Amino acid sequence: MLELVLQINGQAYEVDAAVGRTLAETLREDLGLTGTKVACGEGHCGACTVRIDGVPMLSCITLVHTVEGREVTTIEGLRDHPLLEAFVKADALQCGFCTPGQVVSASALVAAVPEPTREEIRHAMAGNLCRCAAYPNIEEAILAWQG
Amino acid sequence: MARLIKTEKEVEGNYSETWVVVEEDALEQWPGGPLATVGREATRLDGAERAGGEAMYTADLTFPGMLHAAVLRSPYSRARVRSLDLAPALDASGVRAVLGPGDVDALTDEPGYVGAPVAAVAADTDALARAAVESISVGWELEEPLVDPDEAVEQEAFLGEPRRYQRGDLDRALAEADVVVEAEYRTQVALHNCMEPHGAVCRWVGDTLEVYISTQFIWGVRSDVAQALGLPEDRVRVVCEFMGGGFGSKNGPREHTYVAAELAKRTGRAVRCFNDRREENLDAGNRNATIQRLVAGARADGTLTALGGEFVNAVGFRGFSASTSGPMQMLYACPNVRTTEYGTKLNVPPNAAFRAPGFVEGTFGLECLLDELAAKLELDPLELRRKNHADSDLLDDRPFSSKNLLDCYRRAETHWERRHEVRARTEGPWKRGVGLASQIWYGGGGPPSYAWVRVGADGRVTVVTAMQDIGTGTRTAMAQIAAEELGVPLERVRVELGDSARGPYASISAGSSTTPSMGPAVRSAAADAARQILEIAAQRYDLEQRVLSIKNGKVVSANGGSWPLEEVTCLLEDGQILGKGARGPNPTGMRVLTFGVQVAEVAVDVETGEVRVERVAAIHDVGRIINPLGARSQMEGGIIQAVGYALTEQRIDDPATGIPLTRTLDAYKVPTIADVPDIVAEFIDVPDEHLTNLGSKGLGEPPIIPTAAAIANAIRDATGADVHSLPITREEMLRALREARERSRDEVAAPTA
Repeated sequence: MLELVLQINGQAYEVDAAVGRTLAETLREDLGLTGTKVACGEGHCGACTVRIDGVPMLSCITLVHTVEGREVTTIEGLRDHPLLEAFVKADALQCGFCTPGQVVSASALVAAVPEPTREEIRHAMAGNLCRCAAYPNIEEAILAWQG
Repeated sequence: MARLIKTEKEVEGNYSETWVVVEEDALEQWPGGPLATVGREATRLDGAERAGGEAMYTADLTFPGMLHAAVLRSPYSRARVRSLDLAPALDASGVRAVLGPGDVDALTDEPGYVGAPVAAVAADTDALARAAVESISVGWELEEPLVDPDEAVEQEAFLGEPRRYQRGDLDRALAEADVVVEAEYRTQVALHNCMEPHGAVCRWVGDTLEVYISTQFIWGVRSDVAQALGLPEDRVRVVCEFMGGGFGSKNGPREHTYVAAELAKRTGRAVRCFNDRREENLDAGNRNATIQRLVAGARADGTLTALGGEFVNAVGFRGFSASTSGPMQMLYACPNVRTTEYGTKLNVPPNAAFRAPGFVEGTFGLECLLDELAAKLELDPLELRRKNHADSDLLDDRPFSSKNLLDCYRRAETHWERRHEVRARTEGPWKRGVGLASQIWYGGGGPPSYAWVRVGADGRVTVVTAMQDIGTGTRTAMAQIAAEELGVPLERVRVELGDSARGPYASISAGSSTTPSMGPAVRSAAADAARQILEIAAQRYDLEQRVLSIKNGKVVSANGGSWPLEEVTCLLEDGQILGKGARGPNPTGMRVLTFGVQVAEVAVDVETGEVRVERVAAIHDVGRIINPLGARSQMEGGIIQAVGYALTEQRIDDPATGIPLTRTLDAYKVPTIADVPDIVAEFIDVPDEHLTNLGSKGLGEPPIIPTAAAIANAIRDATGADVHSLPITREEMLRALREARERSRDEVAAPTA
């Protein structure tokens, strides 16, 4: 076991990590931060997206020991982000299982490009699968958000 | 008053006659169009909860001491377990219990497909459970798998009897037809790939089994589990508050529930059993492959006189043979129809209902065939469909409860007219074209379905019913219906659902049935509550009840009085008003169906075979729309799923062994945001005057039905090539283009008289 101190959503957490422990497992199982979803567990779908030092990363294939000393932002740290309201207003979700990951990816996009074009949105969001296919409204939500 | 009636129940196109107790549906329908709340856009009540990651899905649940189950699955399509050594798993670190074949029916020693569950382990963590599964040693005896559907037909390896249907005289009609077209269509295995995998957490509390499960049918799971375990139904509690997608694949308990229940019993702990994504791609159901050999005959003026088809459904090791022939029997007013449908039993994973099962596949074949016919007749495809419109149900001559397909066609005209301009945008190797296809499907719902409406002293309203919102937004639609009937703003209404111990029986969320089944029950419960409120108000203000009503949160009288609702309900002090409601019967002697048409625009690179869908316009007739915002979302979702079905999605099996090769979301290609065409979604939005107190039908399934055919027909319009199999990969596109070139060369070489 490795003792780690993680910075998550502005708070420090002490966790123990076995070899091979992923960030997603630590968030969900040790810290109860279940807003981060795991839908494939192998980096193909984007449901587990969190931001590490601002950059969207797939927490299901990120080993937890590699994020020590870096700032991790999960959906729980973005609940006051205006994007959330924009998603609800545009009906940019159906079952909602992929949505926290969508919101995290979108938050990284608008942090870098506050007024993204449709093309930029499609590039930034193409790694977040939504089987209900709320895509048109996701695009609208990101176009309409106001920070 | 409750009445016992014999009624026809329909789920996913399967009809059964049953006795049901129904209650009178005494309410008049509301007028059509937007009302105070119903018919107006409402954002999801639980939108922020879901989007913000606060909603606890089954996959997120954890209980003190919870164990994790993992399943040993067959790596072979057909095999026998000769020897099985579970001891290494029992000895493995953190393992609390191990099950093998014989311990529960869900585990088998004669697996008939890759992924069939053979043994299961419960351990302290998911990783330990999966490691322990790896340590189990199995001696396999392999047998020759049957994986070819045509071979299965020859061997008569069927699931159920072949279905034969006939009206009129097909052979004679074909002999007399001016034009005949024949074609063979093939469709692929498609996987649901719900974002939340299949799974359950089971725990025993005293003599009660609690089943937390990602399901589309709380009450079905309760009844199946009770029966399988020999428990009274009230000793099984089923909970699903938030659900991460199902699309038809989560209608029953499945093996993981039984495995978790047994392991929970043996260990005295809560046990979680969830598929990982690779298991999800093997053993979570699928839309099975089909082979459709079709023929159509018509008179020179386009009157359809003959339709025939042999449909081979490659169902899998278990499952059901969906009605692939349904569209051919039902969509057009053709007097001579003959279909034969085989459901073949194969050594491939079992199918499961998938968003309009059978009709998605069958509509691809039929609607492509119709356009080949139109081409041969040199008739406009939209005109051909109009000409053969069915005015009553051809199966048994029943009138439709409502049908506005001609209106859909009329509204499709502007989109269809674009074809001249679209074709003109052809540039270099990119050819452009427009195609259309019609849709027919069920979606009327039915009884039994019940709801309660509670009104507190503060005038706030709670709808209570043990239904589930699988992501369709039905929670919000139910709140809108209650708000409308009670005359209160939507913000005052909440909906408690998802727990069999907490609310009355509610219908399955499949077959586009939740809104048409539950909505009328919610309205009647709200009306019951409103009536009780007005009874109290009449006494309080000394007025006749008939002059009172509730509007915009106020009790108002016809002679001008107006009192806040809370002023009446606060007389209850700590009490509450409880309204009860039930879904009334379906209209007798009528066929309740949904209709629509879609127009697709495509671009095809004739050098590389790349196909891009650029625009889809969809016009559907599903009765009254409760929430136009949610309805449009669901329509878009269905169309995009259909674009995946048409172009990229396919489980690829090794043809010799039947072993599925595509098991990840990397290999199985669902659409991304970058694959989305422009979508125009329109509803006719006219209440079905014969159907319930709402006049609403379901809309979950209709939008996915005609898209693939509309795309294929647009490809024909753009290139002259007839696509015959799904998905339309570059190989299939290039094959069709080659065939079209050869055909036109032959026609030039040997001109017909």
